Amino acid sequence: MSETPLLRVQGLTKRFGQRVACLDIDFELWPGEVLGIVGESGSGKTTLLRCIAGHLDVSAGEILFAVHDGLVDLAAIREGERRRRIGHDLGFVHQNPRDGLRLAVSAGANIAEPLMNAGMRHYGSLRRIAADWLARVEIDPSRIDDNPRHFSGGMQQRLQIARNLVTSPRLVLMDEPTGGLDVSIQARLLDLIRQLAADLGLAVLLVTHDLGVARLLAHRLMVMQEGRIVEAGLTDQVLDDPHEAYTQLLVSSVLRL
Amino acid sequence: MSAGYNFAYLDEQTKRMIRRAILKAVAIPGYQVPFAGREMPLPYGWGTGGIQVTASVIGPDDTLKVIDQGADDTTNAVSIRKFFARTAGVATTTRTAEASIIQTRHRIPETPLKAGQIIVFQVPIPEPLRWLEPRETLTRRMHALGDYGAMHLKLYEDIARFGRITTAYDYPTLVNGRYLMAPSPIPRLDNPKLDRSAALQLFGAGREKRIYALPPHTPVKSLDFEDHPFRVEGWSQPCARCGARDSYLDEIVIDDRGGRRFVCSDTDYCDGRLAAEARSS
Repeated sequence: MSETPLLRVQGLTKRFGQRVACLDIDFELWPGEVLGIVGESGSGKTTLLRCIAGHLDVSAGEILFAVHDGLVDLAAIREGERRRRIGHDLGFVHQNPRDGLRLAVSAGANIAEPLMNAGMRHYGSLRRIAADWLARVEIDPSRIDDNPRHFSGGMQQRLQIARNLVTSPRLVLMDEPTGGLDVSIQARLLDLIRQLAADLGLAVLLVTHDLGVARLLAHRLMVMQEGRIVEAGLTDQVLDDPHEAYTQLLVSSVLRL
Repeated sequence: MSAGYNFAYLDEQTKRMIRRAILKAVAIPGYQVPFAGREMPLPYGWGTGGIQVTASVIGPDDTLKVIDQGADDTTNAVSIRKFFARTAGVATTTRTAEASIIQTRHRIPETPLKAGQIIVFQVPIPEPLRWLEPRETLTRRMHALGDYGAMHLKLYEDIARFGRITTAYDYPTLVNGRYLMAPSPIPRLDNPKLDRSAALQLFGAGREKRIYALPPHTPVKSLDFEDHPFRVEGWSQPCARCGARDSYLDEIVIDDRGGRRFVCSDTDYCDGRLAAEARSS
């Protein structure tokens, strides 16, 4: 691992009026690391992710992201500079693939769009890369010109992942990537994410309420409750030997088969 | 000239407001400037934007030409020409070379425009990103950030589906390397005429209440891919009247047995060529 963290969050607080969604969050994420954030609904996981992604303005705190030319504070950066300096270093996988895809255009165009945003203007190359990525996320490349509206939920989610990874980001934020999929499809998708993250040396910040998903993917885990991080540590450590009462409750509430 | 109307129909305050919008548009080529569009005595979609721009820039010494789909003698062109002849008392012409102001819908004249001429386009949808993003707040943001990569999606989809770019009119352009601009529904063949034109080009959208402009000699690039470069359309045959091979041809059905012929859509250009031929023979 390299010397400096890819992402360092310090004192991040997000308020909606009087309500506090995230309070004084501190953590670091290192290159190539998969960090899981677990907790029940309403604990502030998704808000935290959306603050980092720039979808929400933070109320206080710093989000330092290491880019090629130094550190950028994602909490203070303006949109124009954000695009210029971060470009496609940061990906976001939505829970609902329909939020992250363009349903009006074909699957190939969905993968090609981030490349065109980055300035690629060669149709032949765009086409080749799109077909290549379809194969990598286990979608039949012959469906390159099909509309993703006609894809199954699992295929749409894999397409969204391809669209995010095609520009080789260094960090991908995932919000419940397996939510709403049936169990066998979930398992295949988890395999795929794990393999891609390992192959590409990708850092992933993964929000999930499913401890099984966290166990499979995450190296490290943070447990959130009412906007705070109550416990953090290696995944196995947190899940097998939880210290905080809330974590113990969370872990024991999972059905074991 | 009809009594009871101000010169060129609009009141002086309105013209001043529109001129301010035009000045801003000229200062920022390709940028859409909002203006307080007025109700005009014709329906939206018939050229209310173009008429307001023309009314604001026209003076008593101007000579006006109005074309609709290239022709001087269609209803829209005749009506608008008559409108300004009555309310402004200006001279009108059908000859491109003799006009100082040309208001147009769907075409740019084949005869190259000269310095000092003004061409006014009637624009139905000024926002080139509208098909992609229906929200005005977001399209403005995309313009502000120069976020135009998605515009190539349309061209990508064309090639994926048909093997070539099939967008035939309102072909998106990038103005001076900065703003994405809808050239109004002119055919693709006219796009190169926008580039570094010697004339001042003004665009007015009445319903959407936007004005934008290309000052003379502004670079205008049509979007394309490196391996699918921008190309203008061609025809397998020349104009059936004047024999021109370089002009935009209209297909005209001449009987009910499938007979058709192709003639220049620019009537002035076609007539001019026929007259020159008659003189030389």
